[in-house]
Amino acid sequence: MEVGQLQRSFVEYMASLFREGFLDAQFSQLQQLQDDSNPDFVVEVVSLFFEDSERLLNDLTMALDQPNVDFKQVDAHVHQLKGSSSSVGAQRVKNCCAPFRNCCEEQNTETCLRCLQQIKQEYLLVKNKLQTLFELEQQIVAAGGAIPMLQ
Amino acid sequence: MVCEMESDQTEYMEMEVEVLSSMWPEDMNENGKQFNIDWPGEDQDMLEEVNINEDSTIVDFKRLVELTNYSEKGSSQLTYLVKNWEYKQENAVRLLREELDYLSKQQQESELKKLEILEKYQFEEERYGGDKRPISILDEELKRYIFQEAPRKRNDVKIQDKLEIDAEYDSIKYWKQRATHLEKMLETSAQREQILTEKLQESIENLERQSSPVEELSQILKRADNFLHFVLQNAPVVIGHQDNELRYRFIYNHFPSLREEDIIGKTDVEIFTGAGVKESQDFKREVLERGIPAKREITFDTGLFGSKTFLIYVEPVFSKAGETLGVNYMGMEITDQVRKREKMAKLREEIAVQKAKETELNKTIHITEETMRAKQMLATMSHEIRSPLSGVVSMTEILSTTKLDREQHQLVNVMLSSGDLVLQLINDILDLSKVESGVMKLEATKFRPREVVKHVLQTAAASLQKILTLEGHIAEDVPVEVVGDVLRIRQILTNLISNAIKFTHEGKVGIKLYVVPGPCPDVKQGSYKRMASDHSKVLAKICKEDKCTSPSHNSLDRRGSGGCKDADGENERLMQNGEGNYSEQNGASIEDEVDDPNQQETTVWIRCDVYDTGIGIPENAIPTLFKKYMQVGADTARKYGGTGLGLAICKQLAELMGGHMTVSSKEHHGSTFTFILPYKVSPVCDSSDDNEELTEMDNHDTSSEGNDDDINSGFFQFQPRTLGSLFSSHSSGRATKFSPNGFGYNTLNKTNGFQVNSHSFPLDSNTSKETGSVEDACSVADAVETCSDPESSFKHTRNSGNPSTSGREQKINGVLDHTPCLSSPNSETTNSDQGEITEKIEKSQIQEQPDRSSECSSSKDAQISKTSLKPKILLVEDNKILVMVTRSMMKQLGHDIDIVNNGVEALRAVQRHRYDLILMDVCMPVMDGLQTTRLIRSYEESGNWDAAKDAGIDEEVFPSNSLQRSDESSTKRIPIIAMTANAISESAEECYANGMDSFVSKPVTLQKLKESLQQYLP
Repeated sequence: MEVGQLQRSFVEYMASLFREGFLDAQFSQLQQLQDDSNPDFVVEVVSLFFEDSERLLNDLTMALDQPNVDFKQVDAHVHQLKGSSSSVGAQRVKNCCAPFRNCCEEQNTETCLRCLQQIKQEYLLVKNKLQTLFELEQQIVAAGGAIPMLQ
Repeated sequence: MVCEMESDQTEYMEMEVEVLSSMWPEDMNENGKQFNIDWPGEDQDMLEEVNINEDSTIVDFKRLVELTNYSEKGSSQLTYLVKNWEYKQENAVRLLREELDYLSKQQQESELKKLEILEKYQFEEERYGGDKRPISILDEELKRYIFQEAPRKRNDVKIQDKLEIDAEYDSIKYWKQRATHLEKMLETSAQREQILTEKLQESIENLERQSSPVEELSQILKRADNFLHFVLQNAPVVIGHQDNELRYRFIYNHFPSLREEDIIGKTDVEIFTGAGVKESQDFKREVLERGIPAKREITFDTGLFGSKTFLIYVEPVFSKAGETLGVNYMGMEITDQVRKREKMAKLREEIAVQKAKETELNKTIHITEETMRAKQMLATMSHEIRSPLSGVVSMTEILSTTKLDREQHQLVNVMLSSGDLVLQLINDILDLSKVESGVMKLEATKFRPREVVKHVLQTAAASLQKILTLEGHIAEDVPVEVVGDVLRIRQILTNLISNAIKFTHEGKVGIKLYVVPGPCPDVKQGSYKRMASDHSKVLAKICKEDKCTSPSHNSLDRRGSGGCKDADGENERLMQNGEGNYSEQNGASIEDEVDDPNQQETTVWIRCDVYDTGIGIPENAIPTLFKKYMQVGADTARKYGGTGLGLAICKQLAELMGGHMTVSSKEHHGSTFTFILPYKVSPVCDSSDDNEELTEMDNHDTSSEGNDDDINSGFFQFQPRTLGSLFSSHSSGRATKFSPNGFGYNTLNKTNGFQVNSHSFPLDSNTSKETGSVEDACSVADAVETCSDPESSFKHTRNSGNPSTSGREQKINGVLDHTPCLSSPNSETTNSDQGEITEKIEKSQIQEQPDRSSECSSSKDAQISKTSLKPKILLVEDNKILVMVTRSMMKQLGHDIDIVNNGVEALRAVQRHRYDLILMDVCMPVMDGLQTTRLIRSYEESGNWDAAKDAGIDEEVFPSNSLQRSDESSTKRIPIIAMTANAISESAEECYANGMDSFVSKPVTLQKLKESLQQYLP
C-alpha cells in the first residue's frame, strides 16, 4: 500500500476513533506532546495505560470476587482507572467509571460486576483500536511517510 | 322593501362592526357609521325625503319636451302612451258595441213577438177586412224598430201590451183606442229614439272630449315619476342626461350638493375637478361617438364628494333621424363594494401566494429531507463500509508481508488493489458529501510547500510502476512556510499526480509551484517586477558573500537534465537561483527580504501546475472533466479504472479553500492541471527561529543530512532508475528506528490480551531521552535485578510488584535526581527504609550522572546547569499515566519537575527542597492532597512539622535539621495547585478551604497547565 493511502487511512481511522467517542481531546493533547525529544511519547503513555488498566481491572475483578466486597477498595481502583483513562483520552472507558463509582456508593455488587464487565469491554475495544492505530503509524513510518497530524 | 332590506343590512353591518371592529379596517367602520346616520332619518321623514327628491330632480323642461318630441326614445315613449290610451278607448268602444249587439238582439226578439201578434191581428183582419193603414204604420214602425236600438223598450212594450186589454174587444172604440195607443207607442218610441240619439251624441261628444291624452299621459308620467322617486330616493344613484356637448340637461342625484344652475348646461369637467372626472367625460364622449352603450367603473377623487367609485352606465340617445343627441347616464356608487372586492382579491391573491409558497416550501423541504437523508445514508453507509474495509485492507497488507507462495501473493495483491480501490471510492464519496454538505472543515496549519511537494512526489515515486521522471519545481518566491490546510492540499496534489501518472506512459510528470499575485491582474505586473528586481539584487549579494555553504540539489547537471523547462516568467528567476547555489540560511534570508515589501499583505497566492506528458484530454471532454462520475470516455474507465470522482473532489476542495482549478491539455501531448490557492504567510518568520524549528521538525521524519533539500531547494527529481539511491538518502530517520521485526512482533502479540509486553511497541533503544521508555525502564530494572546490584532495592520503594512499574519508578526518581539541589548531602538520613532509599538515590545519581552526560548532547548539559535558575516544581500524583503526561507537558512548557507519588512523599520532598510550585493530586493513597496541603501550610506558618507528627506521620521522616531549613524558608508560602478529577468529593471549595491556591481539572491539558503556571510563576 502506498504511503499516501496509508496516511489517509491513518487520518480516517483516527478521525473515526474520535468520532465514535473512543478517544477525546486528551488524546490529541498527548499527540501534541510528542516531539522529537520524545518521539514515542504517545505509544509509551498508552502502553502504560494498558498496563495500568489491566492491573486495575484484574484488581477489580478480584476485589469484586470476594465474599465481602471492600467497596472502598473498589472505588479507589475505579478512581485510578478513571484518572488513567481520562489522561489518555480513552473517553468511553472514562465514561464508564462514573456509573461504576455510583454503584460502589450503593454497595451493589451485582451492578458493580456489570459495570466492570462493561468497562472491560470498552477497554478491550479501545485497546484494539489504539493498537491498530499504532500499527498503521508504524506502517507509514516503515514506508517512509510522515505521520499526519489530526487537529 | 328595498329600504327594509337595507335597514336589515345596515343593522347587520352595525352589529358586525361592533363585534368585530378590530377585524375591519377603519374605513369600513366609517362606512357603517355613514349608513347608520342615514338610516333613522329615513323612516320618519318620508315626506321630506320626497320633497327633497323632487328638488333633487333638476330638469331643463324645455329640453325635456324637446327631447320627448325629437328624440327617438322620447317619441317611442309617447307612442307607447298613446297606444296604451288607444287600446283603452278601443276597449270602451268594444264594450259599447257588445252592449249594442245585445240590445239589438233583444229588439229582434221583441220584434218577432210583435210579428206574431201582428200575424194574429192580420188573421183577424182578414176575417173582418180590417184597415190596412195601421198595419202599414205598424210595418213602418216595425221597420223603424228594427234599425233602432231601444234597450229598455221591451219592458215598456210589455207594459203597453198589458195596457191594450182595457177596451172592448173588436169594437170600433177598441180599435180606436188601440190606434191611439199605438200612436202613443209610436210617439214614445220616437221619443226614445230621440233620447238614444241624444245619448249617442252625448257619448260621442264625451268620447271626443276624452280623447285628448295629455292629461292622462301627464298623470301616468307623474305616477312613473313618483314611483321612480320612491324607488330611487335612497339609492346611491345618479341619473342624468347630457347633450352631445356633454352638458347636463337633466340630473337626478340623491345627495345633491349643487344647485340647478351649477349643473345644468355644464359639463363634468366644468363641475368637478379631480381624478376620474376627465376619465368619465372621455368615457361618455366615447360612448357618444361610438353609439353603443357601455359600462365602466370609475374612481373619482374630487373635492366635492371625496374618493368614491362609481359604476357608470352610459347609453347614447339618438334622434329619429339617427343622429346622437346626447347620452343618458346612470351612476351607482360602489365604493364599498369595490373596496371589499379589492380586499377580497388581495386576500385571495395573498392566500394563493401563501399556498403557492407553502407548496413550494413543502416541496423544497421534502426534497431537502430526501437529499439529506440520501446523503446521510450515503455517508453513513460509506463510513460503515469503510471501517471494516480498512480492516480488511490493512490485514491483507499484513498478510502480504508474511510468507506466501507466488500464487498466494498474487491473490493477496489482487485483494489489496481491489480493497484499495473500494476504499478510495468510499473515501472520495465521503469527501464529496462532506464538501457538498458543508461539513468539511478546513484546518489552518503551518506547512512547507516544498516538503509537501517532495513528499507527494516521493510517495508517487515509491509506487511508480512505469518508467517516468517525476519532478518538482518550486519557485524561489514561494515562502518556506505557509498556512493552509496541508492535508487537503496534499490530497489534491496526490490526486492530480496519481492521475497524471495513470495517464502518462512515458516522459515525465511534475509539479510546479510559484507565486502569482492573486486574482487581481493589474497588480501582477508591478509587484512581480519589483520583487524580481529585489530578488536579483539580493541574489547577487549572496553570490558574492557566500558562494556555497551547503550541498545543493540544484547542481548544474541536474538542471541540464531538463527539469527546469519552465515556460513561465518564473523561469528566469529559477535559473538564476539555481546558479546561485545558495545555502539554506541564505535561502531563508532571501525569503525574508523578498517578502518584506509585501509584509503587510499576508496572503500569498501560489499557483500549482501539475503537468504530464501523457495522453492528454480531448477538447470536448474538458467541460465535463470536473463533473462527478465523469470520465473522458467509457473506454477510459475501462482502460484506466477510477471512479471519476477524483477531479471533482480536487476542484471542490480548491474552491472550498478559496481558490480555483483549471486544466489545459493537448491530446497526445499532455495535460496541465492548475490550481491557484491563497495561503497565509505566517508573520513570524525570522531566519534564526526558522532554522531551529526546521531542524526540530525535520528530526521528526527525516534524517538531518536530508533537511536542507526539503526546505529551500527549488527542484526535486525522481528518476526512474535512480529511484532507489535517492530514496535511501531521503528515508526518514524514524523509519530506521522502527524495525520491521518489532512491528511483526507487535502484531503477533496483539491478541495475547493483558500481557506485560503487549503494550511494547517497537522503540528506539538508542535514543537518549530523558523520559525514557517503559521498555527501557524495564530492561534497566531487569538488568539491575539480575545483576543483584545493591540498587535493586529501588524496586521496593513502591508497593507495586510489577518490574516494569518499578522501572518507571526508578525513572521517576531519576528525574528527581537530576536536580542539583538533591545532591546536597543529606547526612542526617536515619536508618529507616526511606532514608536508605534517599541514600541510594544519591548514589545512583552519582553513578548515573556521567552516563547521562555522555549520552546527552552538550545542550542538555547546558540545560541542566540552567535548571537552578528555573522554578522548581513538584508534582504529587499517584497515577503513573498522569505523571507521565504531566511531566511531558511540563517539559514542553520548559520545566523539569520532581515527582512524588503521595502526600507523605510530598512532605518529605518539601522538607528537603524549596519548591516554587506544587501540583497536587487530591485523591491519593497513603495521604491525600488535602491533608498534605494542610500539613505543608501548617509547617509554613509554624516553622515545624508538629502538625505532621500529630497526624501520625513517622517522626523519622522529619530530620532534626528541618528546623534549620525552616528558618530560612518558612516565610514563603508555596503555591499549591490542586489537580482535581472534577468529582464531587474534590470540589474547588474544599481545595481552597484546605489551603490550596488554585486548581486544574483533570484531564490536564497543556493549555490549562500553562495558564495556572503563568499565574504563579514569574
